[in-house]
Amino acid sequence: MAERSFKAEVEHLRLGSGDTFTGEGILAITKALLECGVGYVGGYQGAPISHLMDVLSDAQEVLGELGVRFEASASEAAAAAMLAASVHYPIRGAVTFKGSVGVNVASDALANLSSSGITGGALIIVGEDYGEGSSIMQERSHAFAMKSQFWLLDPRPNLPSIVKSVEQGFELSEASNTPVMLMVRIRSCHVTGSFDTRDNVRPPLTVRDALSEPRRDFARVVLPPMSFAHEQDKIKTRWPAAEKFIVENKLNEQFGPAEFPVGIVLQGGMYNSVIRALQRLGLADIHGNTDVPLYVLNVTYPLVQDEFLAFCEGKDSVLVVEEGQPEFIEQGLSTILYRAGSPVLIHGKGLLPMAGEYTGQVMLDGIAGFLKQAAPEILPGRVVAPNYEMPTMPDISKTVPIRPPSFCTGCPERPIFAAMKLVEQELGEHQITGDIGCHLFACLPPFEIGGSTMGYGLGPASNAAFDGGGEKRAVSFIGDGGFWHNGLSSSIGNMVFNKSDSVAVVVDNYYSAATGGQDILSSRADNATKATNNPISNALKGVGVNWVRQVDRTYDVTKMRDVMREALTTDHDGPKVIVASSECMLNRQRREKPLRNMAVNEGRRVEVPRFGVDEDVCTGDHACIRLSGCPSLSLKKLDDPLRDDPVASIDQSCVGCGNCGEVADAAVLCPSFYRADVVHNPGGFERWRAKMGQRLIGWLQTRRAGTRLDFSGA
Amino acid sequence: MAVEEQLAPRAPDPQLGGIIKLAVMAVGGQGGGVLTNWIESLARAEGYACQATSVAGVAQRTGATIYYIEMAPAGDAAPVFSLAPAAGDVDVLVAAEMMEAGRGIMRGFVTPDRTTLIASTHRALAISEKTTPGDGVASSDEVRAAAEIAASRLILFNMERVALENGSVISASLFGALAGSDVLPFPRTAFEEAIRTGGRGVEASLRAFGAAFERAASEAIEPAETEMALVRHEAEPSGSGKLMASWQAMVFRMADWPETVREIAIPGLHKVVDFQDIAYGAEYLNRVSDVLARDTADKDHRLTREAAKYIANAMAYDDVIRVADLKTRSKRFARIRSEMGAPEDSLVQLTEFMHPRAEEIAGMLPAGIGRKVEASRRWMARFDHWFNKGRRLRTDRTWSFVMLYGVGGLRGYRRRTLRHAVEKEHLDRWLETVLSYLSSDYDLAVEVVRCRRLVKGYSNTHARGLSKFDRVVDAAKLLAGRDDAAEWLERLREAALQDEKGEALDGAIKTVQSFVGD
Repeated sequence: MAERSFKAEVEHLRLGSGDTFTGEGILAITKALLECGVGYVGGYQGAPISHLMDVLSDAQEVLGELGVRFEASASEAAAAAMLAASVHYPIRGAVTFKGSVGVNVASDALANLSSSGITGGALIIVGEDYGEGSSIMQERSHAFAMKSQFWLLDPRPNLPSIVKSVEQGFELSEASNTPVMLMVRIRSCHVTGSFDTRDNVRPPLTVRDALSEPRRDFARVVLPPMSFAHEQDKIKTRWPAAEKFIVENKLNEQFGPAEFPVGIVLQGGMYNSVIRALQRLGLADIHGNTDVPLYVLNVTYPLVQDEFLAFCEGKDSVLVVEEGQPEFIEQGLSTILYRAGSPVLIHGKGLLPMAGEYTGQVMLDGIAGFLKQAAPEILPGRVVAPNYEMPTMPDISKTVPIRPPSFCTGCPERPIFAAMKLVEQELGEHQITGDIGCHLFACLPPFEIGGSTMGYGLGPASNAAFDGGGEKRAVSFIGDGGFWHNGLSSSIGNMVFNKSDSVAVVVDNYYSAATGGQDILSSRADNATKATNNPISNALKGVGVNWVRQVDRTYDVTKMRDVMREALTTDHDGPKVIVASSECMLNRQRREKPLRNMAVNEGRRVEVPRFGVDEDVCTGDHACIRLSGCPSLSLKKLDDPLRDDPVASIDQSCVGCGNCGEVADAAVLCPSFYRADVVHNPGGFERWRAKMGQRLIGWLQTRRAGTRLDFSGA
Repeated sequence: MAVEEQLAPRAPDPQLGGIIKLAVMAVGGQGGGVLTNWIESLARAEGYACQATSVAGVAQRTGATIYYIEMAPAGDAAPVFSLAPAAGDVDVLVAAEMMEAGRGIMRGFVTPDRTTLIASTHRALAISEKTTPGDGVASSDEVRAAAEIAASRLILFNMERVALENGSVISASLFGALAGSDVLPFPRTAFEEAIRTGGRGVEASLRAFGAAFERAASEAIEPAETEMALVRHEAEPSGSGKLMASWQAMVFRMADWPETVREIAIPGLHKVVDFQDIAYGAEYLNRVSDVLARDTADKDHRLTREAAKYIANAMAYDDVIRVADLKTRSKRFARIRSEMGAPEDSLVQLTEFMHPRAEEIAGMLPAGIGRKVEASRRWMARFDHWFNKGRRLRTDRTWSFVMLYGVGGLRGYRRRTLRHAVEKEHLDRWLETVLSYLSSDYDLAVEVVRCRRLVKGYSNTHARGLSKFDRVVDAAKLLAGRDDAAEWLERLREAALQDEKGEALDGAIKTVQSFVGD
């Protein structure tokens, strides 16, 4: 079960004609798919489209009623391959994953799909993770459309436009026998708004029906000589068909006056920021009516030559607003102008930065700069020579600390890395790599463990050069998500086959946790539609790993450390794999807390653990924090003139995971920590025993207190 | 229309002024999403067109997050809203934590021409602030000073506390402060309705909302703060008549001491007497008065003031007896019960995490035997075998309590232990070093006193602290005689507090060696 439940929102998917949907972009896309008669959907979770997968997963009842098949794909490659159903069958299919890392993984299948061409509309919804909040390298999915020749949509970021582009995407795909990628940026996925809904449409041919009447067409197989024919078909048939569809159905939009000396060409996704800049310059009103002509590319690939040249007609210069690099669109448009012998000047990168996000300020500066150069007359005086000056602000950039993401309160991965740090204190530093997933936060303070991440499921593989071993062994970490995504074959199989001497630690938190807690093969929860409870250790043994250690409670830091030490020092030949399992605390709390509160209210016996620090025992050296970094383990300053440094303190958000106590013990830090278990609704005997014990304890305490001065009230 | 006409500059659309731009800056997990939902549902219910976006990504895991909302009176056509805040173009910035307010200011989201800044003064410390061995907590005052310049209006108070006091979470008090600030054109009842529509924890949310509303409406500005636990030292202790008489006599000894010294020496005396007994307190006073006798009023008795502080800390060292004593006091049990919010009819089980090593056990032996044991590798190995392992003690249970209580009661024997001898030697040697610099360089002597701050922690941490202390105090020898000796020693000490391994200190010592060698 995922971190966020969409059970309530999923009801919106049943809205029909005449209704209005209000909500998040992601949910709007799901609704649009159903309105378009999609036959099957799949994908792999990852920001910013994780919620799309969660919505689909929670919507299985609605999907089932319509005869739509949903797959939680094993990887982006599996998701893209699923679109093969649309090659031979006139069934609309949609898959989703994140760009650009997901597109990288999917690119093999996407290339073959694009070569084959499709019969039913094939839509790939990509969450483009670029700019603020991004968790991956900064790259553009755009290049994949160019190399494989599929079409790329980048709609204006409002719900009606996004919804419309889903429908247009299917139609364009079918009109040109080419898959279409619909790109939604991180903020568009989470943007809220409204659109008028239509009735859901049952697919004319369901995947179930298709199985009864199998079809094949050798012309679609990617093998010579057909692949040579595909290459020609892409250029001679599919591209012109796409151009025709785009122009006839006005997929790209133009706004503003027809005649004007300058104009702006922009990716659809940039529309709102461009309008905001024009609004701030006094050149557009609140509804987006603009004085400067805009050519909005809701289709960013292919570029439509005639449409663009017509837009340029009578203009002196145009500005291309294209986020990210390389500037594929600007290059394409420049080529079009050059080949047409056009005198129109093209601006773009230069006035706007080549790399990085186009924030409000960047856009304002870029567009103002363009207009200052190309049409200074239209700018209000204050823009040309601003008369307002900001007061000088004290520089607080050295004061405000950065806030890198980290393990959540009570995270079961924290003790794994605390143990690793302790082992390194004994055995020295090691060559360590990470994978993708929450565990990668270990490379940030306070742990600073691991120095590379090469891709999902590739943690151990990225240590392959060191598989031969040496004086010390190489260590790699891989999450359970990465393990099932690609790790079992590419990393573990690779280690076995190459007789690796290295150590791999599989961090098993029962979910694909970093993406929002979706179930995977080894999840412990029962899932009505998925097969869970497949132990990772079985898979390891099955693939030929002979040295496997299963740790079932990662919070036991001492044991965790001992197992790691053993892996690093054993004589065993071949890969050494530790499976460190404990449930993701975020998901566990979400599951257990309501049950626990209910039990307390019903009068059942419940123990609620929480940790504390004796502030007069703590000396304020913060050694515990350097081995933890738990958000609930913080500091407080004592109002004591004898103390210089703040002491450790645990706040109410503590979930009592035990890591701090375990670390204090394993690292022999200090005796400041204690665990307090509040026993709600204790039993009768327990109560009696506690009362008896308390009587003796109280007597002893009073006796000693009488022999000394009491400063506690002072 | 001719091109020339189109080119005439126009005034901005007056309706644009009607767009309200609101950003929420929070730490992942603070409920920024809930707050955003409330604001959206509020705006829509009041006839506004509204758009919200957020950037979650990995920031949801304790990183900094930002939510952005734009709204305008709804008309026939939909307004075009931006998806991200722009520098210099934000009307309301809600910051759910003090440093996040600072981050908002740094990013230009708070400008004096338009921005109302609503910020909670509480701190959620960033990891870099927490891991420093010394005091790495960022200065809220600096952020506050910047906020005063940057914001057109400022509403600052501890909204986290308001939330906790009302059994709710900070999103509710932030929403209350937003309502109370009156920057949105909606009545209080509409805000409350939005909370009710949201549906979860309504009553508690409304309480926190109401409390924060009142505070914000009264334009509350509170000093920036770090969490404080109040430990008062001014008041008198309590105890039997005989004990109190001895106490009074000791306090009387300080009667003619300078006030600057007394205000530290009294809490110092509390600490050592609480650690051991009245006689130990007298010893403390002797030590301090020795320093005082050689100090001078010209320097405001700075040396004695610092000595009073660090001698007390050195004398009340952290041995097994002290820990056992502190952990078995009745006041502690009561404190934990209240901190855990344990209901009346519940029980509280207490588990202590102890890990004694051979060193601690040897330290508990009588000094002579202890030294022999410590010198013998075989005996230490044997002790490690017997004692060195993690021990979980259930101090709410009789047996564990009695054991710990017994150890805590060894105070009478403490002065004969090896640990006491070691600590006393260290203390004497340190004070001797201090006094040796006194005649030639007063400031350097003060700095050497302050170096005692480096000694803290238990086991390995304690050993590392001691070694840092030794290295800094040794460096004083190199520096003695220079005009800037005290300044440099201070720098070394600060360097030693920067990181655990002492890398910054190594660098600083190298610098000192480089110029001292000249």
